Amino acid sequence: MISLWRDMNRRGQVVLVVAVLAMLLAPVVATRYLLSVLTLILYFVYVGQAWNLMMGYAGQLSLGHALYVGLGGYVAAGLWVHFGIGPWLGVIPAVAIAAAFGAFIGWLAFRFGIEGVYFSLLTIAFAEFTRIGFDHIGPLGGAGGLFIPYQESRLGEWWNLRGGQLFFYYLAFVLAGAAVLLTAWLARSRLGHQWMAIREDETAARALGIDVFRAKMKAVLISSAMTAVGGVFYAFYYNNLFPAQVFEMSRSIELILGPIVGGLGTVFGPVIGAFVLTPLGELLIAVTDKAGLNAPGAKAIFFGLVLMIIIYLVPGGVWPWLSRRLGLVRRRS
Amino acid sequence: MTALLQVSGVGKRFRGLVAVDRVSFTVAAGEIFAVIGPNGAGKTTLFNMIAGVLKPNQGSIAFRGERIDGLTPDAVCRRGVARTFQIVRPFPALTVEDNVVIGALLHRTDMEAARRHARDVLATLDLHDKRDIVASSLTLPDRKRLELARALATDPKLLLLDEVMAGLRPTETDRMVDILRRINREMGTTILLIEHVMRAVMALAGHMLVLHHGAPIAQGKPEEVVRDAKVISSYLGAEAAP
Repeated sequence: MISLWRDMNRRGQVVLVVAVLAMLLAPVVATRYLLSVLTLILYFVYVGQAWNLMMGYAGQLSLGHALYVGLGGYVAAGLWVHFGIGPWLGVIPAVAIAAAFGAFIGWLAFRFGIEGVYFSLLTIAFAEFTRIGFDHIGPLGGAGGLFIPYQESRLGEWWNLRGGQLFFYYLAFVLAGAAVLLTAWLARSRLGHQWMAIREDETAARALGIDVFRAKMKAVLISSAMTAVGGVFYAFYYNNLFPAQVFEMSRSIELILGPIVGGLGTVFGPVIGAFVLTPLGELLIAVTDKAGLNAPGAKAIFFGLVLMIIIYLVPGGVWPWLSRRLGLVRRRS
Repeated sequence: MTALLQVSGVGKRFRGLVAVDRVSFTVAAGEIFAVIGPNGAGKTTLFNMIAGVLKPNQGSIAFRGERIDGLTPDAVCRRGVARTFQIVRPFPALTVEDNVVIGALLHRTDMEAARRHARDVLATLDLHDKRDIVASSLTLPDRKRLELARALATDPKLLLLDEVMAGLRPTETDRMVDILRRINREMGTTILLIEHVMRAVMALAGHMLVLHHGAPIAQGKPEEVVRDAKVISSYLGAEAAP
């Protein structure tokens, strides 16, 4: 964490402090709608960062991260709805189950040499059949969805994540901040270097004594566990879960766009990516509504076009370009 | 001197084709040992068996008295055998220093210690000035030295070098010879090299083994080996005869 600070020059440090202060003070001026957009951004910073650890650093392309969001959300919500077990406690089994799924997928893939696109296909497959499975789990609402009942009396019980918009905003802020710090620490750690070595050249990594299987397993475990926490947040923020929505492939894609656009394998890429894409999505909804373009898919087409333009203009991601442009990062000496 | 590496009757077949045929040799601690032979002689197959990439069909390989044949490449490296690749494989998007830090982290958990060690190794290999450059923008001679630096950073007892001279100009070859000699003398690292460039082999090796069609045809001190009739006809060419 200290090294994250040290690697920035004075200008970078000032920008970071101002940005953090602005986020902390945003609720003072922001409208409820703006606050909900900011909450969503921070949520995507968090889950994007979790995915970034696995893809950006360890080089393992998961296209099924919605699996861990869904599992985390369903486990915690199910425990709350049926047994009254609060999410602060429920997050533990939620993380454990998601990590167990991650471990199984990882073991299957890395033990039997399922690599590259085939690994990605495997992650999609798991998310898809988990979605179908959840359609048939009666106690969790099946295809009809699981709802966390709205109880007036419980409002304000922050220890049960029964807060208002402001509460969830700060919770998302803490999660996103923690994810950034964790990534910064990991990126400079021994494990982080092993991941980057594997990402760059697995054969060479192995020749340097790196236990590739173990390092990859750690990546999946950490990433799936982190993502599951995001799922718990999601469940208690929206109060409803539908298998067709949470496990949907488009959810996995939505989650990875931020880090890709922002800059893979960078600490601030997922942050910048979420701050670019989420408002863009909101803006497009507003614009297409105003223009009367209510044709289905209109938003998706515009979104896709903008994505193509961004990726064309800054292929390495917005953050590496931006930090160079604004001179925010110190050249290591 | 004691045997650091003992290769005993090692053989490898690929679908009936005998790539390496019952090769035996011993590398003593502290020496530089060379394996030479024409293309297709089985040098790289032999190399890959020692490095853990291939499992021999017969025979055994012992390192410091412990069998290492059949171990995975990472396990072999952790026991103190580091290798370079004939076609260099740097981590392209990482800086020169980070490339070497990854090697240094094998036996170090502290990042600062690893970084210090990496910088020492880079200084030994004249790469210190280039430590902040990403590996993909290095020239071939620099990449070859980076490959060596990375392997060296793992603190190996035995360094396996797969044609480190290939593609280098004569002056660069001399520089590499000089570096290898320094590594051998100053760090006490034993070196096993597979090499085509006879000039370098003659300058470095204390002992050498000549492979032809997978089988050893001569073994001994370089000055003896180059006078061997079989070696001259199969490898060095008839005109090299005195």
